[in-house]
Amino acid sequence: MTKRLVVAGYGMVAQRFLEAFAERAVPGWSVTVLAEEDRPAYDRVRLSAWFDDYDASALHLGGAPDGVAVRLNECVTGIDRERKVVRSASGETPYDALVLATGSRAFVPPIAGADLPGVFVYRTLDDLAALRDWAAADGKRVGAVLGGGLLGLEAANALKMLGITTHVVEFAPRLMPLQVDEGGGAVLRRHIEALGVTVHTGRGCAGLEGGDDGVTRMLFNDGGTLDVDVVVVAAGIRPRDELAEPAGLARGPRGGFAVDASCATADPAVWAIGECAALAVDSGDGVCYGLVAPGYAMAEVVADRLTGGDAAMTRPDTSTKLKLLGVDVASFGTPFAEGLDVVVTDQVTGVYAKLLLTDDAQTLLGGILVGDAAAYPTLRASLGGPLPAPPLALLAPAGEGGVKTELPGSAQVCSCHAVTKDHITDAIAGGCTDVPGLKACTKAGTGCGSCVPLLKQLLAAGGVAQSKALCEHFTYSRQELFDIIRVRGIRSFSELVREHGTGRGCDICKPAIASILAGLNNGYILDGEEAALQDTNDHFLANIQRDGTYSVVPRIPGGEITPDKLIVIGEVARDFGLYTKITGGQRIDLFGARVEQLPEIWHRLVDAGFESGHAYGKALRTVKSCVGSTWCRYGVQDSVGMAIELELRYRGLRAPHKLKSAVSGCARECAEARSKDFGIIATEKGWNLYVAGNGGFRPRHADLFLTDATTEELIRTIDRFLMYYIRTADRLQRTSTWLEAMDGGLDHLREVIVDDALGLCEELDAQMARHVGSYADEWRATLQDPQRLARFVSFVNAPGTPDPDITFEVERGQKIPAKGPVPVTLGGAS
Amino acid sequence: MTTAIMTGTWTAICAFDRLQPERGVAALVDGVQIAVFRTFDGELFAIGNRDPIAGAQVMSRGIVGTRGDTPTVASPLHKQVYDLRTGECLDVAGVAVPTYPVRRNGDLVEVGVDTP
Ligand SMILES: Cc1cc2nc3c(=O)[nH]c(=O)nc-3n(C[C@H](O)[C@H](O)[C@H](O)COP(=O)(O)OP(=O)(O)OC[C@H]3O[C@@H](n4cnc5c(N)ncnc54)[C@H](O)[C@@H]3O)c2cc1C
Ligand code: SF4
Repeated sequence: MTKRLVVAGYGMVAQRFLEAFAERAVPGWSVTVLAEEDRPAYDRVRLSAWFDDYDASALHLGGAPDGVAVRLNECVTGIDRERKVVRSASGETPYDALVLATGSRAFVPPIAGADLPGVFVYRTLDDLAALRDWAAADGKRVGAVLGGGLLGLEAANALKMLGITTHVVEFAPRLMPLQVDEGGGAVLRRHIEALGVTVHTGRGCAGLEGGDDGVTRMLFNDGGTLDVDVVVVAAGIRPRDELAEPAGLARGPRGGFAVDASCATADPAVWAIGECAALAVDSGDGVCYGLVAPGYAMAEVVADRLTGGDAAMTRPDTSTKLKLLGVDVASFGTPFAEGLDVVVTDQVTGVYAKLLLTDDAQTLLGGILVGDAAAYPTLRASLGGPLPAPPLALLAPAGEGGVKTELPGSAQVCSCHAVTKDHITDAIAGGCTDVPGLKACTKAGTGCGSCVPLLKQLLAAGGVAQSKALCEHFTYSRQELFDIIRVRGIRSFSELVREHGTGRGCDICKPAIASILAGLNNGYILDGEEAALQDTNDHFLANIQRDGTYSVVPRIPGGEITPDKLIVIGEVARDFGLYTKITGGQRIDLFGARVEQLPEIWHRLVDAGFESGHAYGKALRTVKSCVGSTWCRYGVQDSVGMAIELELRYRGLRAPHKLKSAVSGCARECAEARSKDFGIIATEKGWNLYVAGNGGFRPRHADLFLTDATTEELIRTIDRFLMYYIRTADRLQRTSTWLEAMDGGLDHLREVIVDDALGLCEELDAQMARHVGSYADEWRATLQDPQRLARFVSFVNAPGTPDPDITFEVERGQKIPAKGPVPVTLGGAS
Repeated sequence: MTTAIMTGTWTAICAFDRLQPERGVAALVDGVQIAVFRTFDGELFAIGNRDPIAGAQVMSRGIVGTRGDTPTVASPLHKQVYDLRTGECLDVAGVAVPTYPVRRNGDLVEVGVDTP
């Protein structure tokens, strides 16, 4: 029978847990998450980044794995352990295992006036939105933050960004008393004051005054006062353990659900992870950890335990590295213990560093860095062992070549996910060739990201150059193969694999090489030997779906379509019984076509003037647009016209991965151009070009590349951008990761495609001209050629017989694949 | 390794030239869906057309290649790779597709489905 797993709370740690549990792919569980907040887990660690552009989607953490039922806006209000159910507004939910991941709440000290309007806490996106709405109103000028720790300084930064004159009030004699010592605190204070924030240390807040219109004044405990319009309380956090007592679950000495090293409460069916767990290890007292890394470790432990493992927590590493108001602050190990210390204070550059070593000076115990934390990853990985270099050399500003480090294999490189150097070197030996690859296979670098520089060093040390291999058949990278094919004028896969590879290829190298050949020779992709290289989508010029049917997407350039053409699509869908859906790319996807129906469907579409939308290819998808100056009262340019021009220019262009674009008619950006591989936003004087944006799994805002460009300049630059990408990117590398991995990044890109530093531009321009000149619609060409059409049959020996296993049912008035027995899903292969 | 032993009859499904090197076709023989492949050297293989992991009849549309010396096909849905000779999945232990006898008879390709 299916066992029921219920997760209470959907924050960062719950997200990690759901992923870890799904990865283990054990059958027989149904998973439900009850979440108090109205959105799935987001990156609370980067919460303050919301103030950069008020774009909550940039903090999204990827959502729940398939099959998990998420119930947002539904707080767990009680646990009945006898009957094994949790209570919430909608009733009772039974569980066989319950994982509590309720996190913390902001602690508000009992001071008078703390409930006045204009007094905020800093924990959730809703808190930040409320703070912004208040502080952005007219007449709000001065703000105070209660608390000079991590949260307080982040809140102070937020107030500053909202244009508020900011004060920070800290009861302790220095800022960040939990992380840094006096010397570090003093350097940090100078940095913060230099930014125009007033720092009050050694002073407490005794009360707040004001009325219905909001807070007006703060009283200090030494009798002083400060007139304020807004207050943020950042005085610490408390675990959300209010479910514990009524359910008879024990709490830790300072709150939190008491759990042992396996993260189980006294009830073996109830677990607690993340900030709400009071974790007792090594027979110590239960402690709640206010950092995400220990929470992630707990998530892994419980995922392992629930799937038959016996993982256990060790004492968590509470090292942290932060950037606060632009100042790097790091603390690691136990910097306040007894031992020998090495302290460097540079008042001129505002750098402070302290290392703490055992009395024999052999073992690193901890340390503090303020102002420059470049040495942090190396130092943290060396904790508990010998230093990889003399202390002063390590603390010196990162010089040429970086520090020569020889970390022991067991050193933890990524503390967020407990990944050791051995794990990383194994992954590199196993074929990981870049940081994204390491992130995917070891998770290192996907937490706080501070170990990424170390990953790069380890990749370099691992001699990654030789493992750029595309797959077992080619020892070359995609870029190298592109050059070989171009320079040697190779025209077929057979020729390439015979002269430069081994075996007969696979599903990795064949489509990649088909795409290179298509890009360089610009031929029809279903001819001759190339036909055998294409994956099924390119082979049948349609997108395969889970039941083996295909979807059909005619091109609708710029999303502009006449009523007559809309009617044709409707008629085709009706006559062939296709499910229709409007896509995010402003076109219409027709689902449920059997392979033998594709030519008839396309016959009708081509006759009505449609052409392939290349939704099946690693190629340009769409150029979205808003209505722009034609209709919109704000529009400053014809965004639709530009989108159509670009879509027609780049249609059919084969690339290492799909390409998406959009054009907005003014800075309001209704077409979401900044989430695209290349996005264009109209200005009064021309066009702004943004490059290398991405939506999807790992969103990235595109970078501004051209400002107020003319149409000609714009198109020339996009031509070169695309051709340079096609020439140099890895297989399945989107423009965003391509640019991120590029040495020199945006500046390098500008040197190559604007300043022509490599003398490549002429060739890139010529390649694009060839593409534009030789474009032909693949579907029209297919329909005209009986030989090409021959492959579109269900069975070679019964061409007209539909696949009897394809069956449909009806949902909301349309047909969908019959649900039938649920197929087995297995991890493993990619 | 499972060797397919012929106990039924041979059924011709198409002309040999109809098979493109390194691609497959689907055939319907006595109600059984079979995927038939021709590798680059002209050798023939026949396996069940049903992707055992996704549950759809699509194996004939996968990419043909090699892994080491093993001739392979990759599922077009989730890319797991199967040994064309034995039907075994090389990426997920314990998963396999059935194999069927297949031969070239003059200009024709013939497959055999066991009749019990
Ligand atoms: C501004 C800020 C900056 C930070 N910076 C860092 C940093 O640099 N490094 C670092 O390591 N950590 C940082 N943290 C801390 C980090 O965000 C937390 O450690 C982490 O989010 C804890 O994850 P969690 O899942 O345990 O709790 P949370 O992320 O708080 O999630 C708990 C969720 O459970 C919900 N919930 C609570 N009770 C119930 C209930 N009864 N029923 C249903 N749902 C419930 C809550 O609404 C919440 O959505 C920062 C935190 C903040 C606020
Ligand atoms: S982006 Fe500007 S022009 Fe386009 S629809 Fe929005 S407001 Fe109008």
